[in-house]
Amino acid sequence: MLELHNVRVYHGPIEAVHGLSVSVSEGQCVVLLGPNGAGKTSTLSAIAGVASSRGQITFNGHDLEGLSIEERQRLGIALAPEGRRIFSNLSVRENLLIGAATRTDRPGVASDIDYWFSTFPVLHERSDQAAGTLSGGEQQMLTIARALMSKPRILLLDEPSLGLAPLICKQIFALIDSLKAQGMTILLVEQNVRDALQLADYGYMLNSGNLMSEGDRETLSRQGASMSTLTGINHT
Amino acid sequence: MDYAIQQVLNALSFGAEYALLALGLAIVFSIMGLVNFAHGEIIAAGGYSMFAITSLLTGNPFVVIVGALLVAVLASVLLERVAFRPVRYADASTGLLTAFGVSMILQNLFLLLVSPRPIAITNLYFLNWPIEVAGVQISTLQVFETVTTAIAICLLVVFLKKSSFGIAMRAASLDFEMVRLMGIRANRVVAVAFAVSGLLAGLACIFIMARRGSVDPTFGFNPVLKAFVACVLGGFGSLPGAVLGGFLLGAIEVGMLVLLPQSYGGMKEAFVFGIVALILVWRPDGILSPAVEKGDKL
Ligand SMILES: Nc1ncnc2c1ncn2[C@@H]1O[C@H](COP(=O)(O)OP(=O)(O)OP(=O)(O)O)[C@@H](O)[C@H]1O
Ligand SMILES: [Mg+2]
Repeated sequence: MLELHNVRVYHGPIEAVHGLSVSVSEGQCVVLLGPNGAGKTSTLSAIAGVASSRGQITFNGHDLEGLSIEERQRLGIALAPEGRRIFSNLSVRENLLIGAATRTDRPGVASDIDYWFSTFPVLHERSDQAAGTLSGGEQQMLTIARALMSKPRILLLDEPSLGLAPLICKQIFALIDSLKAQGMTILLVEQNVRDALQLADYGYMLNSGNLMSEGDRETLSRQGASMSTLTGINHT
Repeated sequence: MDYAIQQVLNALSFGAEYALLALGLAIVFSIMGLVNFAHGEIIAAGGYSMFAITSLLTGNPFVVIVGALLVAVLASVLLERVAFRPVRYADASTGLLTAFGVSMILQNLFLLLVSPRPIAITNLYFLNWPIEVAGVQISTLQVFETVTTAIAICLLVVFLKKSSFGIAMRAASLDFEMVRLMGIRANRVVAVAFAVSGLLAGLACIFIMARRGSVDPTFGFNPVLKAFVACVLGGFGSLPGAVLGGFLLGAIEVGMLVLLPQSYGGMKEAFVFGIVALILVWRPDGILSPAVEKGDKL
């Protein structure tokens, strides 16, 4: 469904990823692992069209070369970005509404908003409050819900557990798990190796813009020891 | 008492005009980070279109007003398409220099293609006649101006709060890239911002014309300067700030007219800017400057 072939990602003159090939099939959950600065966010940015890149990225048979951010989103690519980037000056409900900006089925949008409100009652309670007043974990849930409001074909999730308390992390991973069970295709970036591998069908391990290793859950788990030295996170 | 009421109306109508102008600047700035100094030339374009319509088509004031509004909207959208879109993602100083360049080019075009001298446009004078309400002499223009501005602001608030485009525009003032990541076309959001800005410029143009009765190449310079000051005063990028700044500037100006002795009349502007400067010492980012993101953005 999503294929990256020898992709190089640039931030101005800086090359952050030096030729990466990644493949995500329909319904799969693929994880990108790696320490800070490895180029995980850069890779997602290149897919979403936010960062410039060379090499080939295809999605559902479309070559993404030359397509703008909004055109890629309209093909079904949704990004829940690093740092969440909720619209803190809009209400919780408006954040969800804007997530569905490309949809025309108003009743469907309304029922999806209701679905998220029942999944996360706290979003319902604060639906008319500025989203900036939500806690970090609540904002993360809103970010994922906002991305899914467009009914995407693939969800790019950048470090959803970053900076959150263990209990909240668990909730987030449970949510990703249930999305996966519903058949959503997910490309997940995580530093939380253990939890991420539990969800993943396949994984790629990056370091300083290079691919270190790739494989299915078992292969990567076996290499866990070397990974934990890279990521600095204990792999138990 | 009459005098006081007259002066309050004065302040309100000046303030309304400045608020319309400042909103036009602020709505573009809030989304693009661009101070559009060519806003003044959009106002002037509206003025020249009144002349064109009157001499080529009809002097019917209704047609002249609608035509000027349309021309201002079109001029604003066209300017974005031709001049600002190519530098949209360049840094802020490039945009600023582009705006200055466009402003000068347009002023010179008016000068070369029309006339360096003022052209009289008198068919809007009818908006401005004195009436007596409860024994107080007031001008209808002041009432029209204040009421129109109030309606325009209300409509703008409804648009920004209720329409999906309005929500996208508010979101874009915070994080334009994220709005694009929602699949919303950047070009549309920007075009609508410039269209709204142009419409506000057109409204202001009508009232300025009804008062001045003539247009010249620098017609828009003074209005855009006032709009800029009002924006700075209210907090650049904040729409409520632009409205507040506009009305505050109007009040300060009228206050100076009332308080300063006749012999100091020529120094009115200096006193006005002095007070503005004092307010900025108190609130360096303007009174309602948009809140800076606080805390970690992780
Ligand atoms: N906007 C930018 N401008 C310049 N350099 C950048 C930019 N964004 C990222 N980089 C650089 O690109 C490299 C990869 O960064 P990236 O954000 O992709 O890493 P990451 O794997 O997501 O790290 P983290 O886990 O910290 O989020 C880093 O060396 C970083 O300094
Ligand atoms: Mg990152």
